[in-house]
Amino acid sequence: MKYLTEFRNGEIAQRMAREIHSVATRPWKIMEVCGGQTHSIIRNGIDQMLPAGIEMIHGPGCPVCVTPLELIDKALAIAAQPGVIFCSFGDMLRVPGTEQDLFQVKGTGGDVRVVYSPLDAVELAANNPDREVVFFGVGFETTAPANAMSVHLAKRRGLKNFSVLVSHVLVPPAIEAILQSPGNRVQGFLLAGHVCSVMGYWEYPPIAEKYGVPLVVTGFEPLDLLDGIRRTVIQLEAGRHEVENAYSRVVTFEGNRAAQKLLSEVFEVSDRAWRGIGVIPKSGWKLSEAYREFDAEERFEISGIHTEESALCRAGDVLRGAIKPAECAAFGKECTPRHPLGATMVSSEGACAAYFNYGRFLSAEELASAGSALTGAAHE
Amino acid sequence: MVLLPEYKVVAMCLAIPGKVEEISFNGLIRVGRVNFGGVVKNVCLDYVPEVEVGDYTIVHVGFAISKIDEETAKQTLEDFRTLGLLDEELASEEEAFARAAKAPQSRCPDGSCGEK
Amino acid sequence: MSELLKTGVPDFSNWSCPLPLVGYPTIVMGHGGGGKLGNELVEHLFLPSFRNPALENLGDAALLDVQAGKIAMSTDSFVVQPLFFPGGNIGELAVNGTVNDLAVSGAVPRFLSASFILEEGFPLAQLAAIVGSMAKAAATAGVKIVTGDTKVVEHGHGDGCYINTAGIGVVREGIQVGPHRAQAGDVVLVSGTIGDHGMAIMSVREGLEFESQIRSDCAALNGMIGDVLNVARGAVHAMRDPTRGGLASTLNEIAQSSRVGVVIDEASLPVRTEVQSACELLGLDPVYVANEGKAVFFVAEEAADTVLALLRAHPLGREAARIGQVTAQHKGMLVARTAMGSNRVIPTQIGEQLPRIC
Repeated sequence: MKYLTEFRNGEIAQRMAREIHSVATRPWKIMEVCGGQTHSIIRNGIDQMLPAGIEMIHGPGCPVCVTPLELIDKALAIAAQPGVIFCSFGDMLRVPGTEQDLFQVKGTGGDVRVVYSPLDAVELAANNPDREVVFFGVGFETTAPANAMSVHLAKRRGLKNFSVLVSHVLVPPAIEAILQSPGNRVQGFLLAGHVCSVMGYWEYPPIAEKYGVPLVVTGFEPLDLLDGIRRTVIQLEAGRHEVENAYSRVVTFEGNRAAQKLLSEVFEVSDRAWRGIGVIPKSGWKLSEAYREFDAEERFEISGIHTEESALCRAGDVLRGAIKPAECAAFGKECTPRHPLGATMVSSEGACAAYFNYGRFLSAEELASAGSALTGAAHE
Repeated sequence: MVLLPEYKVVAMCLAIPGKVEEISFNGLIRVGRVNFGGVVKNVCLDYVPEVEVGDYTIVHVGFAISKIDEETAKQTLEDFRTLGLLDEELASEEEAFARAAKAPQSRCPDGSCGEK
Repeated sequence: MSELLKTGVPDFSNWSCPLPLVGYPTIVMGHGGGGKLGNELVEHLFLPSFRNPALENLGDAALLDVQAGKIAMSTDSFVVQPLFFPGGNIGELAVNGTVNDLAVSGAVPRFLSASFILEEGFPLAQLAAIVGSMAKAAATAGVKIVTGDTKVVEHGHGDGCYINTAGIGVVREGIQVGPHRAQAGDVVLVSGTIGDHGMAIMSVREGLEFESQIRSDCAALNGMIGDVLNVARGAVHAMRDPTRGGLASTLNEIAQSSRVGVVIDEASLPVRTEVQSACELLGLDPVYVANEGKAVFFVAEEAADTVLALLRAHPLGREAARIGQVTAQHKGMLVARTAMGSNRVIPTQIGEQLPRIC
C-alpha cells in the first residue's frame, strides 16, 4: 500500500535504530500518547530496537479505555431499552461494565450494531423512523470530525430519532495532567499524529515551554515512530524542549481548518472524567447548545447507576504509565481479551491488549508459564 | 441470522492512506471513491476540499481528514534512506545496509532466535 | 460476480438439472422425513449428481472395497456464512475440507459421506448448485460420495444449509507424519498465499469492493501432497492445512504437540496485496485468517529445497515459500521475526476471530 509499505522498510528501520543508539548517552523516558502508536510499537518490536536506557511509557491514548465506567453502564442501560438501536465501534462490545458488556446486552435481546462510521448510524436513523438510534461517540480529536459531521447531517435532515452518547477526550490537557502529576517520570512526548492532522500542533509550544519537555508530532508506521523517538532523544541530549513535526507529510501547524470549524460549532469544551485517572479539567467535548437535542444522556435519563470497578484490575496504573501491562498480577490469568477485567485488555488501542496479543511478557521464565495461560485452558 | 460482530475491531486512530479515484456529490456530502491498496471504499471528502482525483488522503472511520503531501513524503523517505550514511567512513551504501542488518538485534526472550 | 457480492447467491437462471426436480421450489419439512419427498431428493438430486455404484445401492450403509492397511477417518461440519462466496460455496468446502484432512494425515482419500441439515424454505435451486459443486469437487479430488443423509429443521433454525462430511482414506505405506513429529532443525514450508479464504468471506460480509476480487482458495490438496510424498516421504514430519484460526493457530498446535519452538520470518510469508490491504482496513492479521486450500509442511532440512520445488511445480503450490524453522528453544511457542528485525511471540488465536468461516 502506497505511503504505508515504504515506511515499514526493515533495513532503514535498523539503521535508524543504530542512529538512536549512537546519539543516546543517558537513560530517557518517553511517552507515546496514542494507543495506536502503542500497538505499532509493541507489534513491530520498536521498543526492543531501542538502547536499553530508552524506555517507552505507554500513555492514556485509548478513548475507549478512558471512558468512565458510569458512562459504559449508561450505554448498557440505553442499549437494553426496547425500541433502541444502539450503534458503536467494534471494540466497545466487550468493554466490561459493572455487570455486563454490550455483547451480553445483544445476547439478551438488545439491538446492538457495530458500525464502521457514525454516518452508518445516521442512515439507520433515517431508515428506521420508529426506532431511537443511539451512537456511542467515543474518541479523541481524530474521530471528532466524523462524529460532528454526523450530528450536523442529522440536524440538516431533521432527524428526531438520532442521538449521540458523547465520550470525547482531548490530548493536550491529558499531557498536562501527566506532567503535573507527582512522581511523573516522562521527559518527552510523541504527539499523536492523526490527532494533530485534525487539530494542528499550535496548542503545544506553550506546554513545551512551561514544562521544559520536547514534544514531537509522530506518525504510526515503524519508520515514523523511530524518527519521532530519534528526534526526541536528540532534543533531550541537547537539553532542548521544542515542538517538532516528524509527520509533516500529513500534519500542518494549523491543522484541518474545515474540521476545526465544524468542531467548534458542534462541540464545546467541558471537564471530563478519565477512567483510571480522574477528572481532568477542560479535557473533553460535549455537544454545544445548538446541538444539545442530540445528546443521548439528556434524551435518556438514566439514573440509579451503581458502578464498581474490578478489584483486581490495574488499568488505571497502566493508563498513567505507572506500570507495564505484564506487571499486573491478573495479566494473562484472570484477565485476557476473551474475559477482560478492564477496557485496556479489550480495546484495539489498549496497552494490555497490545501486550497480550503480541505476546509480551516480562522475562523468559514468566514467558514460559504465561505460555500455558495463552495456550492451555479453554476459556469457554 | 445473527452474525457475531466481535471481529469488527477498528482501531480508533486507525487511519489509512488511500488514493482518490472518483469524486461525486450525493446531495448531502462530497463523496470520494478511494482505493486502499486494491480495496475500494466510499469516503466523505467534506473536510478536504482541496483534495482532487489522483491525490492521496488519510481516511478515518469513513472520513478523509488530511491530504498527503507527496513531495514531503518523498523527501521524508529520502531523508530516512540517507540517515547515518555520513557515519560510514569509506563504506558503500550496500555495505552499510549489510552491516546494519547484521548488527546485534533484539533476541527471543530466552536468547535463542538471534541467529537464523 | 457483482450479483454474487450483493446477495451472496449465484444466478440460477442458466442452471440445468440432469433430471427435473418435481414440484417444490423450496425445501419443506417432508424432505427430511424419509418418505416420498425425501426419496425424490435422493432420486432426482443426490444420485444423479454423485453417481457411483456404492451410493446407488441405497442401503443403510455403503459397502466398500478398501485395500488392506491402515485406514484414516476424518469428519468436519460446515456452517459457513454466506453459503456462496467468491471462489466457492459450502459444498466445495465440505468436500475439500475433509479430503484435505485425510491428505495431510498421509492418507489417500477414497470415500466421503455427506449429511445435510436444511432449513425449511431453503431454495432447491441453491441446494442443487451446492450439490453440483460437491460432485465436481469430488471428481477432481478422485473421491466418491457414497452415503448421506438429509434432515430438515423448521424455518428460523439452521441458517439455510449445514453440511457434515466424513471421509475415509488409506494411509500410504511407510508414512510417519503427525503433529507430534516435528523436530528441531526442520524447515517450515507453506504451499501458497495465506488469508485468501477468510478475506473472501469477509469481503462479502463487509461489502468490500476490490480492484481485483479476492477469491477463496478452496481446493483439494491430495494431488499436490501426493507429489511430495511420492518423492520425499521420509523427510516430511508434519503436515496440516491451516483452516480456522489461520497459519498462526496451526503452527502453534504443532509446536505444542511436538514440544518444539517454531520461528517464522514475517517478511517471507506470501500474502496477496488485496488480502494485506483488506486486513489493514479491517484491523486483521493475515496469520490468523482462515485458508481452505493451503498446507504447511515440516520437512527435514536436507529435503527442504526438493519439497519446495515439488510444491511449486504443482498448480496449487506455485507460490509456495519457505517461511521458518523449528528450534529446540521456547518449546510450544511460535515466534516471528518482524520485518524490523525484532521478535514477537504469536499466540494461539483466543476465541473466534472470524465466526462462521468454514
